[in-house]
Amino acid sequence: MDFVMPDDGPGIDRSDPQRTAQIKIAANPLAVRNGLATLFDTALLRSLPDDDCGTAEIVLAEALNNIVEHAYAQHAGDIEITLLLHQSALMCRIVDTGVPMPNGTLPAGHLAQFAATDDLPEGGFGWFLIRALSRDLDYRRVDGRNQLSFRLNTVQSAP
Amino acid sequence: MELLAEQRGEILVVRAMQDRIDAAGAIQFKDRMRDLTAVACPRVVLDMSRVAFLDSSGLGAVVAVMKALAPDRKLELSGLTATVQKVFRLTRMDSIFTIHDQVPDGFRHAG
Repeated sequence: MDFVMPDDGPGIDRSDPQRTAQIKIAANPLAVRNGLATLFDTALLRSLPDDDCGTAEIVLAEALNNIVEHAYAQHAGDIEITLLLHQSALMCRIVDTGVPMPNGTLPAGHLAQFAATDDLPEGGFGWFLIRALSRDLDYRRVDGRNQLSFRLNTVQSAP
Repeated sequence: MELLAEQRGEILVVRAMQDRIDAAGAIQFKDRMRDLTAVACPRVVLDMSRVAFLDSSGLGAVVAVMKALAPDRKLELSGLTATVQKVFRLTRMDSIFTIHDQVPDGFRHAG
C-alpha cells in the first residue's frame, strides 16, 4: 500500500485533539527531547497504551534525530510533525527543509554484525529501529521538502 | 546527566537519575561514566530503573562505556524499563550485556 496521510479523507476531523496532534520544533537534540515530551503529553498520545507510546517514541525520536544530524547537519531549521489516529493506526508525517536523502532513498538500516566486543557498533541502530517498528514507511522529496511518513499499529481502535 | 555512584564490595553501582538517555545527553553520559568509573572496581553495574527512554544515541553511549571498560572490567545493566528493554532486544544488545532485574548484591555474590 502506498502510504499517504489521509489529509482529506472522509470522516476525519483534524481539529479533534483525541485524534490529531501537530507540532513544529527547531532542529536540535534538545528541541527534539522537548518536542517529544510535548507530543506525549497530548490527549492523542495519552489515550494510547504504554507499550504503543514506547514504540511511537522510539520511532519518532530516531526519525527526528536523523533529520537533526543529517538533513540539517547541525544547521538551523524547523521540523514539523503531524500525528493522526486513523482506525487502529497512528499515522505519522515528518516534514523538514534540509538536504534530501542520498540517492533519494531511505537507508537500508541493516543491523551490523559483530564478533567481539571491539567490533560492537556504537551507532547505526536508528534506521534499523524505525524499519523494525513502523509500517508503510515512505519517503519523498516534495517542493524542496523531505516528507517522511509511516504508520504505527496500535491496539486501541479510534473511537 | 545525573549519575550517582556507590561502591558495594566488588561492584560499583551507578544509578542513572534521569528519565532518559538520548541524543541530547549521550555525550554527557559517556563523559560522566568515564569519570565515575575511574576507581578500581572489577564490576560496574548501571542501574537503569529510572530510565524510561533510551534512543539509539543513548544505546551507542552505553555500548561505548562497555567497550571503554573492556577487556579488564565489565559493564552490567540492571532494572531495564519496558521501552529500554525493547531497544536492547530489537538491536540484540540484550545478548551482549549481562542484564539483572535488580542491582546485584556485591557482598553476597563476591568472587
